[in-house]
Amino acid sequence: MAEISLKNVVKRYGKVEVVHGINLDIEHNEFVVLVGPSGCGKSTTLRMIAGLEDISDGTVSIGPEVVNDLPPRKRNISMVFQNYALYPHMSVRENLGFGLKIAKHPDDIVAERVNEAAEILGLGELMERAPAELSGGQRQRVAMGRAIVRHPEAFLFDEPLSNLDAKLRVQMRTEIKKLHQKVKTTVVYVTHDQVEAMTLADRIVVMKDGYIEQVGTPMEVFNHPVNTFVASFIGSPPMNLLNATIKGDQVVFSDGTALPVPTRLADLVRDGQEVVFGLRPDDLTPVGHGIAESGKNAKLTLKIALSELLGTETILYTSISGQEAQGKMFGPRNVEPGEVLEFEVAIEKVHLFDAVTGKSVRKQ
Amino acid sequence: MDGSLRKKIGSVATWGLTFILMVVICVPGLWVVLTAFRPNGEVLAKPPVWIPEDPNLNNFAKIFGFGADQVAIPVPAYFTNSLIIALTSTAIALLIGMSGGYAFARYRFSFKNGLFLGLMLSRTVPGIALSLPIFMIWSRIGLIDTKLGLIIVYVALNVPFTIWLIDGFFRQIPKEMSEAAQVDGCTRWQAFWKIEFPLAKSGIASAGIFAFLTSWNEYALASNLTRSTDSKTLPVGLMDFTAQFTIDWAGMSAMAVIIIIPALILTFLVQKHLIAGLTFGGVKG
Ligand SMILES: Nc1ncnc2c1ncn2[C@@H]1O[C@H](COP(=O)(O)OP(=O)(O)O)[C@@H](O)[C@H]1O
Ligand SMILES: [Mg+2]
Repeated sequence: MAEISLKNVVKRYGKVEVVHGINLDIEHNEFVVLVGPSGCGKSTTLRMIAGLEDISDGTVSIGPEVVNDLPPRKRNISMVFQNYALYPHMSVRENLGFGLKIAKHPDDIVAERVNEAAEILGLGELMERAPAELSGGQRQRVAMGRAIVRHPEAFLFDEPLSNLDAKLRVQMRTEIKKLHQKVKTTVVYVTHDQVEAMTLADRIVVMKDGYIEQVGTPMEVFNHPVNTFVASFIGSPPMNLLNATIKGDQVVFSDGTALPVPTRLADLVRDGQEVVFGLRPDDLTPVGHGIAESGKNAKLTLKIALSELLGTETILYTSISGQEAQGKMFGPRNVEPGEVLEFEVAIEKVHLFDAVTGKSVRKQ
Repeated sequence: MDGSLRKKIGSVATWGLTFILMVVICVPGLWVVLTAFRPNGEVLAKPPVWIPEDPNLNNFAKIFGFGADQVAIPVPAYFTNSLIIALTSTAIALLIGMSGGYAFARYRFSFKNGLFLGLMLSRTVPGIALSLPIFMIWSRIGLIDTKLGLIIVYVALNVPFTIWLIDGFFRQIPKEMSEAAQVDGCTRWQAFWKIEFPLAKSGIASAGIFAFLTSWNEYALASNLTRSTDSKTLPVGLMDFTAQFTIDWAGMSAMAVIIIIPALILTFLVQKHLIAGLTFGGVKG
């Protein structure tokens, strides 16, 4: 149990800089998820915390101590790898006990801690098996068991669920969440899957190209994305982002379609400003099939190109002023391609971004 | 029906071909072993006598000096030389092979690919082509007719191969294994010995067997660089059976059997690893 703090952390491979001076403070027992597209530097950052990569610049502290020059074994962390990295020549029991034996704990303590971990993760039957005799989900569990037996200061996870099939992934996601509630330790978790990030995190760190774009709770990041990247990355299906221009108190698209500027943003935009109009599909719904409060909504008549049935809702593919957009139909009925529907736009849910900087228009 | 018939013919053909191949591989060896137990006269008989008419151990007795008509050949000395030279050069080649293979598999460094290619290309030069230069250098620095001289040559001969083979094995072990061990509390050194070494063991054993057999059986260079019982190895000793006008084929065969036996024993001892090594791949976590 310790806080982890990154100060201006830089990683260079030769001359190529891949992490550009990031700052992050992680609190005691906090579950922090680093999320971002592949190649954005999440693993590199995590590995610098673990001590598996040198830190080119800046400092990493675990607890009160700067750990830049400490090898992994002295950082008192444990890590779960994407490919689990179980020791193939050892049984599950030996895998779990390996770290404790290396630390020269007496046999009875090793046995006790291994059994404790086995119980938490339900590994009872599997203890004498070799990793090769386990299913993907079981290997995953052993990897987590190996992480918890040492009672480390922090757990580091690098895409631990990406080798599992969809159903198991959801199940293990829940188990990881439960595990965190049980063992109460600082967790840094890396994933490229924003759903995983949303469901697991106390705080989400959205990364792109070696920079941190936004840090916040899942709700903050979802409801108040600071720029178009975060807006499009968090949420599924992604937020519609459409080019438009401010004219007076209206957002006007190139074909003349106009919608009112949300009242909360009215004072923050200037006439003639080029903006990106952001609208989540949930807030673009056919009349009678929405969840937004009616009254404050604007209306648009749109032609459906395609519909995608999901059961409780249907995704409607359409276009606004020639730019592709998606809406949602709750309590759906059959919709034929080419059908024209009247949509409600939840205006107060609209996000505006500056077209030049991509930054969200908001009170500073 | 048609398909199953075709399958049967196919499998018969496969077995037939395998049989012919095995005959081609095995008959010379079998001939040597049989000849070791027959008198020299029978070797040259026409038509050939396959099974010795009166199998006996006379040839072996003669080699060890128990007969009247043959001077004893210093087999124990040759044997000791062979053993010392083959074992030492194998151990050194394995040590270098492990360090080199690990470095090539795990680290990035400049000229890595060039170096690796260079090592492999060095194998394209036939050893015998180097025998004259080696002979000249060795005679200048006094390594002719020493065990050390041969050991150095055999290490050089084996190292490219051991590096190549062991590199392949380390490459197949995900580097996360060693990283997990380091996070689990190991030093890099401990992580190597407790995790990576046991997983690459079969590869290292395979490399060791090949290196040993190369050194054990090598003749061309050894015959140039050795003179006396100080350093002559068993294959060179085989030449002791040729006199000016006669060759004692039977005695030579008996000696060949003596050479083959330790190699066979060693191969059997390590064969479990050898097979695991040659069919590596089931290790992934
Ligand atoms: N050993 C390395 N040498 C050079 N570049 C690397 C190395 N490891 C990673 N990179 C680069 O660093 C960037 C970040 O990689 P990584 O942290 O693995 O991304 P992520 O985990 O977010 O997918 C990538 O562009 C990758 O190509
Ligand atoms: Mg990664």
